[in-house]
Amino acid sequence: MKYLCMVFTEERLLETMPRDQFDGFVREHSALDDELKSTGQFVNANALQPAHTATTVRVRQGKISVTDGPFAETKEQLTGFYLVEARDLNEAIQIAARVPSARVGCVEVRPVWELTEPRQFRDDG
Amino acid sequence: MAESAASEVALVVERVYREESRHVLATLIRLLGDFDRAEEALQMAFAAALDQWPREGVPANPRSWLISAGRFKTIDALRRRARFDASIARMADEMARAVEHPSAAESPAAIEDDRLRLVFTCCHPALAPDVQVALTLRTVCGLTTEEIAHAFLTKPATLAQRIVRAKGKIRDAGIPYEVPGPGDLKDRLDAVLHVVYLVYNEGYSASSGDVVTRHDLSGEAIRLGRLLVELLPEPEAVGLLALMLLHESRRVARTSADGEIVLLDEQDRSLWNRQLIAEGCQLVERALSSRRFGTYSLQAAISAVHAEADSAASTDWAQITGLYDALLRVHPSPVVALNRAAAVGMRDGPAAGLALVDAIIEQGELAEYRLAHACRADFLRRLGQPAEAVAAYRHALSLSRQEPERRFFERRLRELSG
Repeated sequence: MKYLCMVFTEERLLETMPRDQFDGFVREHSALDDELKSTGQFVNANALQPAHTATTVRVRQGKISVTDGPFAETKEQLTGFYLVEARDLNEAIQIAARVPSARVGCVEVRPVWELTEPRQFRDDG
Repeated sequence: MAESAASEVALVVERVYREESRHVLATLIRLLGDFDRAEEALQMAFAAALDQWPREGVPANPRSWLISAGRFKTIDALRRRARFDASIARMADEMARAVEHPSAAESPAAIEDDRLRLVFTCCHPALAPDVQVALTLRTVCGLTTEEIAHAFLTKPATLAQRIVRAKGKIRDAGIPYEVPGPGDLKDRLDAVLHVVYLVYNEGYSASSGDVVTRHDLSGEAIRLGRLLVELLPEPEAVGLLALMLLHESRRVARTSADGEIVLLDEQDRSLWNRQLIAEGCQLVERALSSRRFGTYSLQAAISAVHAEADSAASTDWAQITGLYDALLRVHPSPVVALNRAAAVGMRDGPAAGLALVDAIIEQGELAEYRLAHACRADFLRRLGQPAEAVAAYRHALSLSRQEPERRFFERRLRELSG
């Protein structure tokens, strides 16, 4: 299964981090990329520019509306992601726990919904 | 003649349902890979038993008969639907192949482990704690949604929806149906034990409402505890079972005939269930001798010291204080410190206990904890300071939400003013 590990961090924390510490942090993240590539669990991963660079787009009645800023203004913002291939949720949790940012922020693990695969809808309540 | 045979078989089927349905369900979930499909298969298997057993006789091994019937009925049902959907046809074919080529998955050991897989899946940390409790009671214990809702004072419809969502998450998020490996086992077992303990406590002292005990939930928790000890005899699982049995041994003594709380030091100890105490004490020794024990085993050990004493006065308070010291090291918490203070008050007198309780309340975390003020009130009462004791009981009363507990504080207040 594919899982998207969304990394949320307080941006201020990254901004105020001393340069050498920040560089170390980046190196740790790319080291994880390499490890995941070697085990075949890597699909894609990237850091994101700060939330103030975000633009939110909506289409209503065929009309595009564009607003400045992220979808939700919260203390912790989406700062990066790992798209990984894992056997099950437990394996995905193991990977998420190895993301260096998990030590200062949090990682939301979501299974990818493969829309090409027929999913069985049930009468869920 | 045939009719009476059929009704006899119906009784057998009912008994088999009680004894085997949870085993069968646990294995069907693994073989069919889905909670809902397994529940449907379970119903179909028992319907087939009601139909076939009167004619063909009760099979020698009802469990494996039911597992296999559940599987075949599911394959049939999928094939009927498969005419409209190629992916369902593929699924049915895969299942049929698995039946034709039995693997290690069919071994009795694998089937015995299924109940443990079920417990660990229901108590997976990716599910919310209250959902873990509900799902465990529903699937592992076989309680109905109505029974669980009643026990936890929620609406059946709300609870049913939570269970449906949880099963959906297990399926869609890929929560595996397995017993965790050695690396995760300790943490995951802690989560399972926590669920069992929550269920027990909910049955032992309802968090709200006007009943002190809900026997059924405690009974289910003890059954779960026994199941865990049987399948995975880790020291803390043994310790938790001991703790529950020792608490249970005092059930009759802890409420009076008119439903009032009777504290440990005032209980009629001849009412304590000696059989449960003997079993509990034996389990405590087993847990402690492992040298890998934790909080449950230590709490059980404390309970065992109480169980072995003839009266509150003759209790080995020094040993109890020592066990609380050990518990504080493993699990530092103000509530444990409060309990330790109560034991010190018995060992060294109420003045020593009061000094400790005051210091704990001073730290702030328990400043609004009703039992901290009740403990303080008790020490003041024993020190002959009724006015201060009354103030402390009033404070405790203002924080209490549980009817019998409120009545207990009110009774103390009457005694002090009378």
